[in-house]
Order: sequence, then C-alpha cells, then structure tokens
Amino acid sequence: MSISKRRVEAILHKEVHDLRRSGNVVYAMVVLPLVFLIQPVIQVFTIPSSGSSTLHHEHTLVYMLAIPALVPAALAAYSIVGERVQGTLEPLLSTPVQERELVLGKALAVFLPSIAVAYAVFAFFIAVVELFAAPGVASGLVQAPDVVAQIVFTPLLVTWSIWVGMAISARSSDLRTAGQVSILVSLPTVAITSLIAFNVIPANLRVTLGFGIGLLVLDRLGWRAATSFFNRERLITTTK
Amino acid sequence: MRSLTKRFGNRVAFKEVSFEVGRGEVFGFLGPNGAGKTTTVRTLGTLIAPSSGAATVAGLELTPENGVAIRRRIAIMPEAPGLYLRLSVQDNLACFADLYEIPDPPERIREALDAVGLTDRNRDACGALSKGLRQRVSLARALLSDPEVLFLDEPTSGLDPAATKDVHALIEDLRRRGVSVFLTTHRLEEAEQLCDRVAILNTTLRTIGRPDELRDRLFRKTLTVRTVAPLDEPTAVFEPVRGVAGWRADGPSTYVLEVSDIAVAAPEATRALVAAGADVLSVTESRHSLEDVYLQLVEGNDGEPVT
Repeated sequence: MSISKRRVEAILHKEVHDLRRSGNVVYAMVVLPLVFLIQPVIQVFTIPSSGSSTLHHEHTLVYMLAIPALVPAALAAYSIVGERVQGTLEPLLSTPVQERELVLGKALAVFLPSIAVAYAVFAFFIAVVELFAAPGVASGLVQAPDVVAQIVFTPLLVTWSIWVGMAISARSSDLRTAGQVSILVSLPTVAITSLIAFNVIPANLRVTLGFGIGLLVLDRLGWRAATSFFNRERLITTTK
Repeated sequence: MRSLTKRFGNRVAFKEVSFEVGRGEVFGFLGPNGAGKTTTVRTLGTLIAPSSGAATVAGLELTPENGVAIRRRIAIMPEAPGLYLRLSVQDNLACFADLYEIPDPPERIREALDAVGLTDRNRDACGALSKGLRQRVSLARALLSDPEVLFLDEPTSGLDPAATKDVHALIEDLRRRGVSVFLTTHRLEEAEQLCDRVAILNTTLRTIGRPDELRDRLFRKTLTVRTVAPLDEPTAVFEPVRGVAGWRADGPSTYVLEVSDIAVAAPEATRALVAAGADVLSVTESRHSLEDVYLQLVEGNDGEPVT
C-alpha cells in the first residue's frame, strides 16, 4: 500500500506542534549545541596568529558534528515514549496510519529542526571565525574539506541518530531514561568524529569515504529496523 | 468472531470467543478486570493479531492485509481519553481528521464537536479541560470518521449525570443511524439501559443474550408477598395457587413464591391471600438486575438457576 502524504504531514505537524511546547526540546536544541560550540569558540578568541599553523592538523568543524549526532537522538527518544506516557499511543495506532507513515512523519519532525540547528550553529561558528579570529587562524579553523564533510555528514548523522532514538523510544516507558540512553548510545559516533577532529584518526579520503558509506548503510538498515520496531502489537504490548 | 483466541506466551488473554454483533446493535461487553475485554477490542481493532480463530469486522476479514481498510471503517474510544494535552481541541481533531483522510475536515470537526456539545471550547488546550470534557473530546474524535463500528471503552467514566445522559442519547442516535456500538463498561445499569444484548467475558465467554433473557435464564421468577401478620397455614394458602411451583418464608411475615408465570400467579396469589383473611401489605415481583446476573456468572456458579 502506498504512503499517504496527507497522513505523513498530519503526523509531522502534530509532532512539530507538540515538540515545540516540550521542555525536552529546549534542552536538546539549545543546551547540547552550546556544549559543543563552547570549545571551538574559545579557540577563535584565544589562538594567536602565531599558532595558526598547528590548526591545519586539526579539524574543528568535524568536532561540531557531535551536534547532529546528539540533538536528534534526544528529540527522537521522545517520539514513542512521549505518546506512551501521554496515553495517546493507542488512539494514534487505532487510525488507518501505516507503520511507515508513522515512522516517516515522526522522523521528519526530528530531522528538519535537527538539520536546521546543526547548520545554524555551523553558520554561526563560521561567522564568528570570520569576524573575530586573528589573521591566519580563520583559514586553519575553516578548511574547505571540513566544510564539505560538515555539509555531507550532517544529514547522514542526523538520520542515524533518529533511528537510534526511535528504537530506544519504542522500547521505553520513561521519558528521561529514553533520552539518557539515546544520548549514551550516540556517544560512539561522537567519539569517532572527535577522534577525527583531533587528528587521532587521520582525516584522509579513505576514512572519509568509509565513514560516509558506513553511515549510508546504517541509515538504510535503521529505516528497516525502525519500521519493524513500529509494529502495532509490539508498541501496544511492550513496555520496558 | 469465530473461536477467536489470543495468547501472550503461556498466558491466555481470551479463548475460543464466538459471537456476532448486528448492524445498528448496541452490544455490551462486560467482565471483571483482566477478563480479556480490552485485548478483545484491540484484536478486533487490528492493534494486535489473534493467536487463532477468525473474525469479520465491518464486513472485512480480520487479516493483516485488511488492517488499514478495517481501521478506516471503525473507531475506538479508549477508556483514557489519550489527547495531546499541549494541543488545542481543534488541533487534536484536525490531526485525526487527516489521519482518516476525511474530506472537508472543518465541517466534520464542527459536527463532531456539536454532537458532544463542545463547539465553544474548540480553541482550548486539551490540558486545560476537565476529565469529563476530555472524555467528550475523545468521543468527538471517535465520531470524526463516521465509523460503521464504534468501540467505546467506559465512555461515561468521569462524566457528570447530565453529560452521561447526553452520551447515552448520542449512543441511541448512533444506533438509529445504523452504527454498531461495542460498549465495554463496568456500569451495569448503563449496559442494561443501552444494550440490545450483552456478553459476559471472563477469559472465556460466560454468556451472551438480551439482559432480560439472561435474567430469566439464571434466576427463577419469584413473587415476594408481605402480610401484616404471619399466615397461620401458608402451605394451605400457596400450594393450590396456579403457577406457584414452591414457596419459602423470608422472615416472620414475608413469603417468596417461586412462579412460572407472574401474570397468572400474582392475581391468583392475591385472591388466595384475601380468601384466607390475610391483611396483604404488598405482592411484588422480585426483579434481578443485570448486576445480579453478572455477579452470578463471574463470582458464583453459572449452572443452575437460583432464586
């Protein structure tokens, strides 16, 4: 059966309306990006021109990929357990909505704001660099390959984090636990991006391609897993 | 439903349940907590799959392939309203109107809110409404898709008497419009008042029928006779009365007569009492409620009729 655009939009609008009024969102969309913005911004103001040569061995922008890895996980963690806690899951599942439509609507409701926040923070950082960095530091902090990596990997990371958050949410009965576990499970991704950022893992073409292909495969598998997690009977009868 | 069974591992939620509900029938589904009522509704609502057996819901076979089509034709109002509390009444209903792909949602939302008397509260956040008003919004949501079969789980729970009366009137109206209403309730007087037939479930189906039919099946008809003073020879008074199968004293001047036909036995017993010179205080038919039937089947023995 084909996917109904109207039903996906109904879920998307409802989720956006509901998330907008939720405290979890403020935490996920304000606090988490701030945490990962502090260190790069401090670098902008503290590194003198003489230290700019060392920056070419680091990838500060890649470090900021932690934002698209963590923000969606925190938001997606709310997607099912939020319905369960409010008692809205059963009425929602009683409608003609298909599992795929539900997953898609909920995923889009997390994907769009997460991408917006990640790119906005990224743009803000570049603006700060251009405006306040010492001469020579700007080119070290904002390297062309890193910018491309940021643009390409952000949606891939967001998608993966959404599937992780949703899978955990589908199995949880407590909002806080779901949020914490989702962030915890997303930490390995953050660890990898941080190791690349600090040049522990060399940022060469092979690593970049491997990381990209790995994420694509994981995103594809995540979509399949998420739709199976959204099985009605499992959602209604499973609360762990 | 034909021998429908649902098991969760070794636990049986309900077993070998078979019955039919007609179009425009208000069908009461009764049973103690944990009897399998909610699981039955969830199964018929395609939320969970049966372990064995078969069913037809709103004219469609209960199969995974028909899930979407069945859910288009039915609506389920769960016991907890399950509303998005941060959204307005209007936004809640608009979301569900889109999920059912209802044409002209504003008009249908207005009609549904009219039906539950909430037109003037459509801008209010659901979180700001009382429990009773939330229940009404939940009912409006169930009416949105104009379902052929409506599953109502405790629809008057938390409602004040006036609102309860309105919901009862609404259910009567749905019956007239040919909607089959599957009513799960613990309020037995409500089931007795509204339902054409009731079924009592306690993992297995204990009984099914019209409330008065169940009463007759489970309880012998009795007349209670009260006199000012004890009768000298009650056996001589009651035994010759046509339609009286037996009698017993229930206190110093109260007698319970087991009868086959109230219409014959009551006037004859009264005449016999007057002929015996008794001062009669009252001759009343003992009415057993649906609650008596329920308790008899759920807690007592469900075999022999009792007085």
